[in-house]
Amino acid sequence: MSGAQKIAVTVTAVVPLNDLVTRFEFRRTGGGLLPTFSGGAHTVVEMRDGDTPRMNPYSLMSDPMDQTSYAISVRRDDVGRGGSLFMHNNVAVGDEMVISNPVNLFSLDLRAKKQLFIAGGIGITPFLAQIKQMERLGGRWELHYTCRSEALGSYVDELTTQHPNEANVYYDDQDQRIDLKALLDGQPIGTHIYVCGPKGMIDWVRNTAAAEGWPREGIHYEEFLAPQSGKPFEVKLAISNKVIQVGEQESLLEAMERSGVDAPYLCRGGACGQCETRVIDYTGNFIHRDHWLDDAEHASGEKIMPCVSRFEGKTLVLDR
Amino acid sequence: MSKFEFPTSIISRPVYGTLEPRDGSAHLMIADATGAQAILDVATPDMMAKAHIIYIPKGAEFGHRLRALNPAQYYEGPSYAAAEQRIAKAFGDAKMGLQVYLSGSEGVMGQAQHAAMQAGVPHTAIQTEHRGSTARRMQCVHCKGITEDVATDPFQCSHCGLHLFVRDHYSRRLAAYQGVNIDAEDPGNVPEAKGIYE
Amino acid sequence: MTLQFNDETFRDDYSFHNSDRALKRFPFPFHEDSYMYSVNMEQHQGGPADSIYEKRFDVDEHYVSEMRDRAMVLADDPLRCQSLPHMTLAGWDLLELIMVSKSEDYPDLFELHRDGDQWRWVNKPMGIDDSFTFLDEATLPYGPMEYITRQTQGDFCVLDQRDDNLWMDAGTITTQADWSLDFDLGMNFFEWHAPVPMAHEKGIFVRALKFLLNIQQGAPARRLNWTLTVNPLLDTSPENYHKWGIQKTSMTPETVGAKQHLRVELQTFFRLPRSNALVFPIRCYLCSFQDLTKTPKWARRLHRVIRDLPDELATYKGFIDNRPMMLDYLSQFDDGLPTSLGIWPDLDTEPALQKRLI
Repeated sequence: MSGAQKIAVTVTAVVPLNDLVTRFEFRRTGGGLLPTFSGGAHTVVEMRDGDTPRMNPYSLMSDPMDQTSYAISVRRDDVGRGGSLFMHNNVAVGDEMVISNPVNLFSLDLRAKKQLFIAGGIGITPFLAQIKQMERLGGRWELHYTCRSEALGSYVDELTTQHPNEANVYYDDQDQRIDLKALLDGQPIGTHIYVCGPKGMIDWVRNTAAAEGWPREGIHYEEFLAPQSGKPFEVKLAISNKVIQVGEQESLLEAMERSGVDAPYLCRGGACGQCETRVIDYTGNFIHRDHWLDDAEHASGEKIMPCVSRFEGKTLVLDR
Repeated sequence: MSKFEFPTSIISRPVYGTLEPRDGSAHLMIADATGAQAILDVATPDMMAKAHIIYIPKGAEFGHRLRALNPAQYYEGPSYAAAEQRIAKAFGDAKMGLQVYLSGSEGVMGQAQHAAMQAGVPHTAIQTEHRGSTARRMQCVHCKGITEDVATDPFQCSHCGLHLFVRDHYSRRLAAYQGVNIDAEDPGNVPEAKGIYE
Repeated sequence: MTLQFNDETFRDDYSFHNSDRALKRFPFPFHEDSYMYSVNMEQHQGGPADSIYEKRFDVDEHYVSEMRDRAMVLADDPLRCQSLPHMTLAGWDLLELIMVSKSEDYPDLFELHRDGDQWRWVNKPMGIDDSFTFLDEATLPYGPMEYITRQTQGDFCVLDQRDDNLWMDAGTITTQADWSLDFDLGMNFFEWHAPVPMAHEKGIFVRALKFLLNIQQGAPARRLNWTLTVNPLLDTSPENYHKWGIQKTSMTPETVGAKQHLRVELQTFFRLPRSNALVFPIRCYLCSFQDLTKTPKWARRLHRVIRDLPDELATYKGFIDNRPMMLDYLSQFDDGLPTSLGIWPDLDTEPALQKRLI
């Protein structure tokens, strides 16, 4: 488990927005205020899918200053491992769930002279909270948001009505594209870019900005990897003195948790470094998928990030 | 001209590199004295078409060669203080994509770096190359007075008169090294001053 | 129990003193008979009753006098409290954290009444009753960080988190172990620790930073640090070193027990919710050698730690010149018996001194 207390919540609203995205709202079970948070923060939602525990991170999209309720929006992933499907198919108003304290790995640089938000699809959610924060505390911002189509444009109406001068929306099916080079050109010094969306979009923004001479520190991005399925494998946990099996559809981190082994985590998406685990011995190959370890560390065989990375081979002994 | 090799030190002490051309929407280059040589080494015609050079000669004679690079804007001034308002305006008007190149003494590079950071340029994105004087800009931690061109250690504060040990601890915000009283525990026992790198 | 606040000074006549209760709860920092740097972090989720760990922000008998000393330091040198412009939100976070914690933990001393953004804060020990609008700086006499840290014991570093580092971008520092906020303001974690010897090579700061970056809301952490100070002087700043440094040479074998103080920092770390900044309170506890040696286990251990500390650390902590005198004094209280592990005094189980005082 991770150190902080979990929060018991009750689902107070389930609002389908379109064919793919549904919003879930939570209040604290039994009443009381929820913690405030900073725009860009996520919460890890725990699900009990029959015998399978699932924990998925979702960006908090509600007003960070509003302590009465939290909201997340979940995009249904029909080919994923099932967390989003569970949310869509099984979670109803009145259900009691457990969520983590907010954690922010995508926070605003409050020194910025201007915040430039670039969103793709469901990547809009952290910006919804950041925009509310900017509106409350002041500061220049601008949003460029691409959606597949008007029908799938989550929160477009709300954004363009409330922020007609700041919000710019682009529809793929109408061949509308962000002219990124033109957008970057002429931004005042001290502008920071935030990008959340598919990996291709993040890479495009980072590479284009770098080519235009933008500093690395001025480009912020959030890319949560969902753990991918893979071949089952066996792991020996040296400290706990247990041998566990990692199933096809679960991550190593989830398998440890299922076996009652205490394992720290924050993002569950290969980004934060919290679950980094030392490898004691191995015969086989690692399938590293995280953003945390560098190439040399990946090659060394000395560390693994159990939230997203897997293993194929005969023996794997971990320091857990 | 050979460059001074600074001895390795604590992490807060700045480390200087060698200027290299980078892609960018504009290039702001600030140098003093023999720092001009680093600009001459890195300049390309493409870069000069979008370059603003601010040069403080301090008696060195590189002005005509810098001007001959034909930068979009060229300024030569007698001191950093004289150039300060112009530098502030240049950063204030700047757009993202600006590349910053600093060369010369630690004092001038430090102050220009501070101006760039105030405008919103991360310090890691600012290129620096040390040339010429190894004298330091130093703040007396006691009276807060800043003294330029401190070359010896210990050094008597030019503002309050305390004898100071010149530390390697450096503040980018103040663009200065720290000076701390050396004889506080044994008044009057001040070692003989010698060059900082002697 | 109701707290009685001492009327005492941390300068000039040094009337600072610890009651028996304060001695009993003093945070002795050595868990074994030797000392070396370590990250030594643990969760800050309460502790034994009446220990300094019990509350989120410990309030003790020195509170009112420490706040008076802080006001004097800030009047002399306002640069001891600074906040870069982007840190104002973190200041409000800190104000909220402290007001909520203190009003919940010490309801007889502090009250917080909230009606939306309209807040009323009552600090009975300091005679303060202020109403203000949360997030509106115009309604407070100082910025939010300065306002609340003028009413809270300990120094406060407020650290911005960005680029996988922590940045010392705000703070109120009047009881520091010889470092300057004004100079270090704006530095990152490695830079402001740059002058600390040996720890960089040991990778201490890399590990500590990694831990701190991941501190979560609702999961504060803590550790102890220590140094030595001659006289119960809170303001051991570099700014005033030319004034207080001479005091280090004023000890004699007769006065060392009374003048030499162990200075222990309880460092805590809290994630601040609205700003995602981290606040790092550094709470200073002072105890004279003569008071510490009343506890047999601590007396034995203090002697061994001071004796065996590497010269580099003794130099960095500023007591290498006085170490022989301290050891002469402390050796009287060390009979060579083994000590129990852990920091607690273990008065019921640890034997009294086995040889007679000379």
